[in-house]
Amino acid sequence: MAQVFRLRLLLPVLAALVLASGCHPRPAGVEVHDPFETTNRAWFEANLALEQALLPVAPDRAERAEDPPPPRPLRTALRRVAANLSTPRWVVNDLLQARPDRGIENALRFAINTTVGLGGLFNPAGAMGLSGRPNDFGATLHAWGVNEGAYKVLPVFGPSTERDAAGMVVDSLLDPLDFALNRTERTATFALRQAGRVAERIEYDDILGPMVLESADPYAQARLLYLQNRRHFLGEPSEEEFIDPYADLFD
Amino acid sequence: MTLMPISSIDRRRFLIAGGAAALGLLAARPGLALSQADARALIGRVMGDVQRIINSGQPEAAMLREFEALFSRFGDVPTIARSALGPPARNASPAQLAAFTEAFRGYLARKYGRQFRRFAGASAQVTGARQIQRHWEVITTMTMRGEPPFEVRWHVSDMSGRNLFFNLIIEGVNLLAVERQEIGAMLERRRGNLDPMIQDLRRAG
Repeated sequence: MAQVFRLRLLLPVLAALVLASGCHPRPAGVEVHDPFETTNRAWFEANLALEQALLPVAPDRAERAEDPPPPRPLRTALRRVAANLSTPRWVVNDLLQARPDRGIENALRFAINTTVGLGGLFNPAGAMGLSGRPNDFGATLHAWGVNEGAYKVLPVFGPSTERDAAGMVVDSLLDPLDFALNRTERTATFALRQAGRVAERIEYDDILGPMVLESADPYAQARLLYLQNRRHFLGEPSEEEFIDPYADLFD
Repeated sequence: MTLMPISSIDRRRFLIAGGAAALGLLAARPGLALSQADARALIGRVMGDVQRIINSGQPEAAMLREFEALFSRFGDVPTIARSALGPPARNASPAQLAAFTEAFRGYLARKYGRQFRRFAGASAQVTGARQIQRHWEVITTMTMRGEPPFEVRWHVSDMSGRNLFFNLIIEGVNLLAVERQEIGAMLERRRGNLDPMIQDLRRAG
């Protein structure tokens, strides 16, 4: 019953989100489109404070170990399980983007890691060369030609764009896994996914530290890193970002 | 978005430069004397060195010194530094510019050398190259078993008189764009005063 309701809810929500995601389109040639910077900065600070409170991460590098911590088995397992739980979403978006090759690769990966890999605790598919290709509804909206929209810092979830934020909502409504699970199982998968996010955050602390947290303007650095990395993930051409430092010599 | 608008502007500039060279106003510096093979070979050596350093098992300080030497040997650090500093470079004295370049060299090695360390044990190879304006972009891929491949693009030029890289794009993140923003923010924090900013830079990264 609840699932029928969810399905019926989905289409109008989807339509509204697609429309809303194009609310503040990024003009051509503008690399950073951030009309809500004041609000975004406030959320960014709040998220950092939350992170400091929740994560076992030393605030400055001096307190961290000289060498990066070895890949911790628990952390790796959590990241793998969380990625495995997300794989059905990837497949849905692969299909929505008319990329059957990726859909098949991800579906195979999910089948192998869920069974032989004991629910994703292990990664036998990766060893077979199926490294998995993450996908999401934000990328689907991009494939459908929706504009990136304004840059947004979401509470808890962090850097995003209007398009990606809309995508996140749709992904959570469209998850095929949810239709196969009961409420308790859904809660458990949600918790596992969040744990996976925390594990992921700790895993990349050695990059986030020097690139963002210790920089002169962490907000601006996080924004640039998110936008450039996200556009790379979406396969947007990078020519417009090409910098020729020798050009000045001829001015 | 194609290359056209950028390259047409550039071509004009290039023709002017070429005309000047023909008149003997500029040292003869033919465009793209650097071949694709040279550019690939250079980055192949860089990647070989990166792998040797990260797999050497030496302590971090020694590793970062090696990265600094690698940046000096294969990278056009003075040009990267000048570009990161942006317009304030024009008002800087030669001594300030030299001090900034030295501080920036160490900062680059610390900040980016550390990032390469996570690829200890990965296999790395040059997977492609393409021309962008008068330069080459060499694409390298690092693969760790079971993980999606990781891409680093190197921008290579002989405009300095030697074949050197002048930018790298790590999974889409443009080093020069990041450092222009970061150096700008550091300078702003010191109200535009270069000398205290150079002091900050020596400790950063």
